[in-house]
Parts: sequence; C-alpha cells; structure tokens
Amino acid sequence: MHPVRKKRLLVITVLVLILSAVVGLVMYALQQNINLFFSPSQIVMGEAPRNTNIRAGGMVVKGSVTRHSDTLAVAFDVTDFQHKVTIEYRGILPDLFREGQGIVALGRLNEEGVFEATEVLAKHDEKYMPPEVSEALKNAQSSMDENHASTQSTY
Amino acid sequence: MFPEIGQFSLILSLFFALSLAFLPLIGYRKGNRFLLQSAQPLTFIMSALVLVSFVILSASFLMDDFSVLYVSQNSNSQLPVWYKFSALWGGHEGSLLLWVLVLSGWCSAVAIKVRTLPEDVGPVVLSVLGMICVGFLSFLLFTSSPFARLLPDVPADGGDLNPLLQDFGLIVHPPVLYMGYVGFSVAFAFAVAALITGNLNASWARWVRPWTAAAWAFLTLGITLGSWWAYYELGWGGWWFWDPVENASFMPWLAGTALLHSLAVTEKRGVFKSWTVLLAIFTFSLSLLGAFLVRSGVLTSVHSFAADPTRGMFILALLVVFVGGSLLLYAIRAAEVRSSVSFGATGREAWLLLNNILLTVLTLTVLLGTLYPLIFDALGLGKISVGAPYFNSVFTPIALLLIVFMAVGPLSKWHHTPFNVIFKVCSVAAVVAVLSAGLVVYCYEFGFTVWLSLAVAFWGVCLSFTDWFGKVSAGAKGIIPRARQLPRNYYGMLLAHLGMVVTLVGIVLVSVNSQESMLRLSPGDRARVAGYEFHFDQMEQVKGPNYVASKGQFTAYYANKVVAVLHPEKRFFTTRQQVMTEAALDAGFTRDLYVSLGERLDDSAWGVRIYVKSFVRWIWLGGLMMMAGGLLAALDKRYRKRTRG
Repeated sequence: MHPVRKKRLLVITVLVLILSAVVGLVMYALQQNINLFFSPSQIVMGEAPRNTNIRAGGMVVKGSVTRHSDTLAVAFDVTDFQHKVTIEYRGILPDLFREGQGIVALGRLNEEGVFEATEVLAKHDEKYMPPEVSEALKNAQSSMDENHASTQSTY
Repeated sequence: MFPEIGQFSLILSLFFALSLAFLPLIGYRKGNRFLLQSAQPLTFIMSALVLVSFVILSASFLMDDFSVLYVSQNSNSQLPVWYKFSALWGGHEGSLLLWVLVLSGWCSAVAIKVRTLPEDVGPVVLSVLGMICVGFLSFLLFTSSPFARLLPDVPADGGDLNPLLQDFGLIVHPPVLYMGYVGFSVAFAFAVAALITGNLNASWARWVRPWTAAAWAFLTLGITLGSWWAYYELGWGGWWFWDPVENASFMPWLAGTALLHSLAVTEKRGVFKSWTVLLAIFTFSLSLLGAFLVRSGVLTSVHSFAADPTRGMFILALLVVFVGGSLLLYAIRAAEVRSSVSFGATGREAWLLLNNILLTVLTLTVLLGTLYPLIFDALGLGKISVGAPYFNSVFTPIALLLIVFMAVGPLSKWHHTPFNVIFKVCSVAAVVAVLSAGLVVYCYEFGFTVWLSLAVAFWGVCLSFTDWFGKVSAGAKGIIPRARQLPRNYYGMLLAHLGMVVTLVGIVLVSVNSQESMLRLSPGDRARVAGYEFHFDQMEQVKGPNYVASKGQFTAYYANKVVAVLHPEKRFFTTRQQVMTEAALDAGFTRDLYVSLGERLDDSAWGVRIYVKSFVRWIWLGGLMMMAGGLLAALDKRYRKRTRG
C-alpha cells in the first residue's frame, strides 16, 4: 500500500476503535445513571418504578419532620398539594432544608411506597425553586382546577 | 448622578466597540492605512470607558448607594468593606460587567502588543475582538444594566449579599475564572483573523500560543480556586460535583488544553492548521455555551442566577451569531489554510494527535452528560438528571489513557521516532511504575483501580524525569548549564504534566482513602474517625458583623496528642434570614481534618460531619502546578521577538 494511505488507514482505524469504545462506554454509563423525576402524585398513582434510582421532590409539609432520638435518621413528607409522599433519610440535611421549602431527593422507592433518600438537595438560594418541583406544582394545580371545574359542571 | 455617568460611559464604549468592529476591517478591505491604524486607539478608548463604569459601580457599592437597584439587591450597610467590593460580581448584572471589563482588558493587552504583528493582521484581530465586545456590551446594556435606579423610593438598607458568597473565595474565584474564559476569545479572534486574511503560518501559531497559554493558566487557576472554595464553603467537603456550571468551565478547559497542544504542532511542524483553527473556535464557543448555561437557568445547578428567559435568548443569539458566523467563514476559507506536510506514525505529531483526539472525546462526553437532561426534556421524555457516576465512569478511563500517552509524547521526536527507542525507555518506566504502585497498594490494602491509577501516576513521573535527564545529559556541557539552556516552554510543559499527575494522585487517594462520618454528638461526646479521636468540647454563641453564630469547639487527638483545635460554626445571617455552615479545617500535606455542623437536633445534640480527607490538597496543588506551567510557557522568550521594528 502507498505509505500515505497506509498512515491514513492507521489513523482512521485508531479513531474508529477509540470512538466505538467511547460510545459503548457512554451508552452503558448513561443507562445506569439517568435519574428520572417523579412528583408525589405520580408516585402515589404508582407511576414510579420501585427499587430504581429516581428523584422525587416537592414542598416539605409543615410539621411533618420527625427525627429519631438517637441517630441522624429523619423522615418528612413532601407534597405537590395533591398527594403526599414520605421521604426517609439518614444524615445531615442541607442548610436550606426547611418546612415549606421546595426540595429534591435522590433515592429509591421501597415496597411500602416510602422514598428512601440517599441525597437531599435544597438549593443555595432561598428564592430558587427547583424547576422540576415548580412544574410538578403547576401540573397538580391545573389538574385540581380541572377536577374543580368538572365537579361544578355536574351541578 | 454618578450611576448615570456609568451608564452613559457604557453606551459610549458600545459605540467605540462598534467602530472597532467595522473600521479596521473596512481599512483592511480598502487598503486604507489610517482606518487600519485606528484599531489601537479605538480599543484603548473603549476599554477606558468600560473601566470608568466599573469604577463607578464599585464606588456605588462602597458608598452604600442603595438607590441603585443592583446595589440594594446585593449589598448591605453592615457588610464588611471587602465584601462590599466583591459583591459587585455577586449577581448577574455586576458579574457581566466584570466579564466585559476582563474582555476589554484582554483587548487592550492585544492592542499594546499589536506592533509585534504584521500591519494588516493586528487590526483585524482587534476588529474581531471588537465584535465580541459589541455582543457583550449590548447584552449588558439591553438586558441587564447594573445601573438601574430605584427612585424616588430609595430603600433604607440593602438586601445583603448571599452569605455563601461572603467569603475570600468569591473575591478571587470569579475574576480569575473570567480571565480564563474570556482569554480564549483572543485565540478565537486570531483564528478568525487568520481565516479572513488567509495568513496562517508558523508565525501565526507563535503569536497565538502565549495568549492561549495565559488564558489556559488563568482558567486552570479559576477552576482550582472554585473547587477549593466549594470544598470548604459548601460545608460538606466535596471538591467536584459534575454540576452543569462546573462542567461549563471544565469543557473550555479541556478544549483549551487540546488547543494548546495542537498549536505546538502547528508552530513546529505546520500541520493540523485547519484543525487548530477549528479548536480555537470550539474553545471560545464552549466558553459562550458556559455563559449561556449559567445565566439562562435552563439547567438545575447550585450556581444558577435567577432565571430570565430574555437573557437566555440573548446569549443564545450571541452563540448562534459567533459560532455560526465563524464556522461559515471556516467552511468557506479553510481550504486555503490546509497543510500539506506529512508526518510519521510514531513521531511526536502522532502522539499529539492522539492527545487531541482523547481531549476532544472527553469534552464531548462531558458535553453530552451536561446537555442530556435538556435533550431528554425537549423530546418530552421526562425530567432527568445525569448523576456523577456517569461522568466518573466515562471520564476516568479516558483520562487515564490520556495521562499514559501524555508521558510518552515529550520523549518522541518530531516527524519520526524509531519505535524501539520509545519501547526501551517505556518498558523500564512501566516495570518501575507497576512494581512501585503494587508495593503501595500491597502495604495499604487498596484495590485494583488504585493500583492502576497509581501505576499511571508513577509512569508519568518516571518518564517526565527520564525525558528531562535525557535532554540535560546529552552533549558535552555539564548538566546544570544544559538544564539552564532548556527553554521555559519546556519547563512549563514538564511542570504542567507533573501537576496533572499530582492531581491524579490526590483524586485517587481522596476518593478511596478518606473516612467520612456523620454523627449525632452533644458537647462532651467523643468520636473516632480514621485513627483520630475528636472531642466535642463545647458550644458557644458568638456575634459577627452581620450574623450570629453557634460556634463549636472540637479537639482532635492522634495517639493521645492534640493535633488540632477546630471551630466549626453555624451562622445565621440576620438580613436574609439564612443559615450557613462554616466548616473548620486542619489542612495538611497528606490529610485534612474537616468538621462541620449539621442541624441542631435537640437541646444539646448536633448533627456533625467529621471527615479525614486523604491527600485532598494534592488536587489543588496539581492545579497550581499546571497554572504555573501555563504561565511559564506563556512567558517563553521566543514569543517576545518582534517581527517588525
């Protein structure tokens, strides 16, 4: 083969090898590490998968935070003002975690429908609302309005 | 009165930027020397006007002028004076003004050096920079003026700076980071100028290299500072989160690193020309993309500024104009700058090509992970986040491979290196690396990944020194005179490569050898973490300038000797009603002790994080070495030669 062509072939072979390895790696890693978001309503309706890493979020229900007396275990409810889901967490909550505040938790839904969180995120700006949470609240609000409208129309 | 002058001065500078963007280019087309030479004074006037408005805004902050909306949102009369100054870049508008100031600073630096460039190239470069200035100045003026007033209802006091930002890290991190981000616009301007003039030769690469190296050094330092700041300020001891905004600064760094290397090949061998130009365009585009991600609020991130769709649209438009325009120009003109020199499969060109491929691949994987939630959402598939494990599992193997080759590249010669020469040197280094890494792993009972990473690290160190020793021991003169003769550029590379290795060791050890525990403790309790005994001595209330705090005292013992007394705090900022964790650190060369307070659980008990972080300082030490390497390379004597009297 012509030396220039031979070299090009070499470069292309190396490129193809590297790229296919990377694409494989990326596909695999993406499949393992995508965390879908579910609102409390979706979770209560049974739309969320069990024992898979997902994210859940909403407003922390006032007065729902209960702490274990000896350990760092804590449980609280989050709501989209339609349904509530209980989240359990063991560890230190972020500074901006407060009742009435929007949060997002990462973890798994167990068989009892309790969300076991491995990470709880509250954003570093008190004005900031996680977009997922604000959208979930909006959806819940609009479905509430629809229900309301339909009940009215039956009268 | 003064804020209006600041605003007016910005408007004026926009006019000068507009003239800078067009006049020298017209001069270039028409061959008009007067118009060409107007580039330098226009740049200086534009930059001076930006500086005036920056000084005025700082003065408004320092004098507590709460009639300025931006000041009233981000400052407070109780704020310590140095935070009043740095509060200027604590929000969107001011940080954008800082961005513009840094941009005009780079423009002036190029203008000062413009005499070292050929008469028709320098003004075109300044002209392209002028276009970028027009983009950012109009973004600032039309969507986010920092000088908007609150008249006549002037608030009595301001809303205070976000407590998280009241810290030394925020004083230095954004300016340095912007120096890096924005610095790549110089390389971009050179690339576009090369496409316009068709003048892309070895001297072109020689002009761009120091600018690129300097921007890269600043970006490296900026990222390092950001990582260090997150570690001690966010209160949970993480040093990198693969947060979209971190990725936004990391992608230009990766692309910039590739650019730095391909420029070397273009300068020395005249190959990869069009690829280098493309990389310069990409690096700048990724900087713009970063600005878009941070300021539009499209992605969930700890850094997000308050989201505003018009601002997002504006940057998106800027992105489209600059990237689209430069790529179009590239498509039309690239054929004229194609290189015709060939290179061998084992020459240094080939290693640097491999470096470029791997760095580009890394950039793309980070880009994909960062934008995937957006794509997913746009396709209506749901709201997702891509977790850190994605980045770790994809990034690590490719980065390790990159470091393996990083060490080999400098050993090879341009064009062609006999394969057996490389093989001989490398096999010795490989044996040393594998065995010494094996020894460490055996002694400390680490796993396979640690062994692999340490072997790569040792390999890097071995080969770097072999290379240096080979260079100084060849020839008749003694080692020291020869070592002095080696160019700064070379030492810069050596230092940066060793810095990479140091960071690698830090990352590996901090992730496998650290002990982290979250405990419920009351004053008087003790806890044992990684051989250290921590005594929770007491808790007291203290008052700061604009906060009240609960301050704990922990004494750390090792083998019954006091090692450190730590004072973590939980601060309550009165103006914003916001709680902040202030971690206490005992920094060390091989380990950090890290104590931070969680919440108060009942009358006496607190949630407490106690970490013993192994080798965490090495991560930033390596970053500093890389930065120093970049600066050394930028200051190489070769770049200071004048091409024209």
